[in-house]
Amino acid sequence: MARKTECIAMLLAGGQGSRLGILTKKIAKPAVPYGGKYRIIDFPLSNCVNSGIYTVGVLTQYQPLELNDYIGNGQPWDLDRQNGGVHVLSPYQQIQGSEWYKGTANAIYQNINFIDRYNPEYVAVLSGDHIYKMDYSKMLDYHKEKDAACTIAMLEVPWEEASRFGLMFVDDDGKITAFEEKPKNPKSNKASMGVYIFTWKKLRQYLLDDEANPDSSNDFGHDVIPAMHEAGERLFAYKFDGYWKDVGTIDSLWEANLDLLNPKVDLDLSDSSWKIYSRNPVAPPHFVSSKAKVQNSMIADGSTIDGEIDFSVIFANVTVEEGAVVRDSIVMPGTVIKAGATVQYAIIGENAVIEENAVVGKRPEEMDDLENWGVAVVGESRTIGKGASVEPKAMISEDVKEAE
Amino acid sequence: MSGKNTLGIIYSNAYDEVLSEMTGLRTMGSVPFAGRYRLIDFALSTMVNSGITKVGVITKSNYQSLMDHLGTGKPWDLSRKTEGMYILPPFSLFGRTTSGNKLQSIKGISSFISQSNEDYVLLSDCNVVWNMDIDEITEFHKANNADITIVYQNGIAPSLENLMVFSMDGNTVKDITFNPPKDEKVNYSANIIFMSKQLLERLINDAISQNYDSLERDLIKGNVSRLKICGFEAKGFVRMIDSMLSYYSVSMELLSIKNRNELFDKERPIYTKVRDDMPAIYGLGSSVKGSLVSSGCIIDGEVENSILFRGVRVEKGAVVKNSIIMQDSFVGTGSSLTA
Repeated sequence: MARKTECIAMLLAGGQGSRLGILTKKIAKPAVPYGGKYRIIDFPLSNCVNSGIYTVGVLTQYQPLELNDYIGNGQPWDLDRQNGGVHVLSPYQQIQGSEWYKGTANAIYQNINFIDRYNPEYVAVLSGDHIYKMDYSKMLDYHKEKDAACTIAMLEVPWEEASRFGLMFVDDDGKITAFEEKPKNPKSNKASMGVYIFTWKKLRQYLLDDEANPDSSNDFGHDVIPAMHEAGERLFAYKFDGYWKDVGTIDSLWEANLDLLNPKVDLDLSDSSWKIYSRNPVAPPHFVSSKAKVQNSMIADGSTIDGEIDFSVIFANVTVEEGAVVRDSIVMPGTVIKAGATVQYAIIGENAVIEENAVVGKRPEEMDDLENWGVAVVGESRTIGKGASVEPKAMISEDVKEAE
Repeated sequence: MSGKNTLGIIYSNAYDEVLSEMTGLRTMGSVPFAGRYRLIDFALSTMVNSGITKVGVITKSNYQSLMDHLGTGKPWDLSRKTEGMYILPPFSLFGRTTSGNKLQSIKGISSFISQSNEDYVLLSDCNVVWNMDIDEITEFHKANNADITIVYQNGIAPSLENLMVFSMDGNTVKDITFNPPKDEKVNYSANIIFMSKQLLERLINDAISQNYDSLERDLIKGNVSRLKICGFEAKGFVRMIDSMLSYYSVSMELLSIKNRNELFDKERPIYTKVRDDMPAIYGLGSSVKGSLVSSGCIIDGEVENSILFRGVRVEKGAVVKNSIIMQDSFVGTGSSLTA
């Protein structure tokens, strides 16, 4: 039996992130590289550690190899611990057979034994695919103060985007009075961030009941929380007003990376009081040569820049040769962009090669019809041949041959 | 990897005096170098990459910063249940003070050496910037039937006390001299020394019974006719730091891609303590040319031909040229650092 722990976190990291296309062909969404050296999961993991939550179960299911490898024993996040620490929890075989995690609630249900080992008062259920810095300990204080069964972190989103979210109606005391799931005509702009704190005793019972209900889709948002609401449990919304981004699509991933270069965006990664930890690349400092021109960009260790970089995020060990131009783009680790190549409005996957004079993506101003414009994506380890071009919005999952 | 059979020993304080401006508060081993490293990282990483799993780090004085840097040895994979990294603070028998020179220090760790199971020992100082495949030294040692193999370089010798200069016959060292002329190329020792553990133990016993004082003069030169001492010519980027000036020039040599590729060989990475800085940010209107820039830097000013350590901030309107800027320094608007 492990030592009693007040609050543990369960991190849902099994999602495929199918809208990220080839970027999540071989890796789960939480393992997608972000911000020059991070992966998305670094954010919730670092938030846990910085909030004093040192027991974290990471629920994996889709393509877990890279994620498991990345998390390892949790040392980069100080989560290699005698008591608690990080535990990767995959679906497993049981006496009555084995099954995949059917939904978010079922994933937690299948790990009731894990949670019970720590005998916690509270369980935080977090999503592994959002970029934000948040102090869960303050939310926990709020949860206790309100004597809530469940507290949901809530963000006020712009009205025009509200229809993409699960929305809440909240009274003056912060109590949630009603829910609305992705409505066409939203009447609230208070969106759920997918961050929950539950009183474990309560949640445990609702998970058992939910599992016994054959009509349930075993999802927190669809089933468990509405059931708690109907039963009259105390549900509260905890207002968060920092930077939060769901990087579920190519456009939002691209945007979230470039947000780091916008001084107006409230996401400071240099803040030493709330560090975002990650598995650091083992590489020397990057080198910017006398021929290079770098403006408004972020560059990670080990890269060698001889070309022109403007408003871009360059990950570790990237080579940009002389005369190559990278603008408004995200270039993931180990990629080589050869002389004379142009990369614009693009996301280039890990270890890709953009050969000489190839052109990837276009600026929106160059388009006749903006309908066809979008961020171009080159998949991991793909080669774009000499002089070849990749259209905007394209997703390159096969090598592109040299231009004739 | 034959390194499994070799015990690494690193002198963290050797030649502290040549960089007195930087070693006042720290050891030579913890002198910052190349933007994100400490000098000891090179010896440690080289050893680890060659399969050495047990390393003793000899300390003498001011080793707080060194211990902070090394921690449990985790970044070098040397935090282990068996073997791993051992910090060896000064040892004084019955309160006797020692001069703390190399021979005294190694006498002080004789029990650490005799309790190790390895057959060979590799000794290195920290003022050497290197990244070599130690297997090659081991194989050379065996192929030449050597008793002691010492890595050497050919060139103008650095000004270091007790630096050995070899007259060679093929691979064999025939004679050893000290204080070479400053205008002549010679074969000088890089103070990377390989021998069997058994021999080292015997030499230490001799030194104790004869009350010898110098590793180089008494144990090595004194045995030049009795033992087979071989010289292994250093490969790749190997530099010895003997002054502030050479600290600067060796650092600046890393602005050349050839030197960087040699020292930071991707197959043999140099490990260091991680700091979890964000990647460097270049602001609008910044200008950076020919420089090494570490993570955590925020640059809005002008930087040319320089090395910026982690977390350096160069404000708009500030100019940094031909300079080495240490960790977390702040260069404010209007200031100009040009060497």
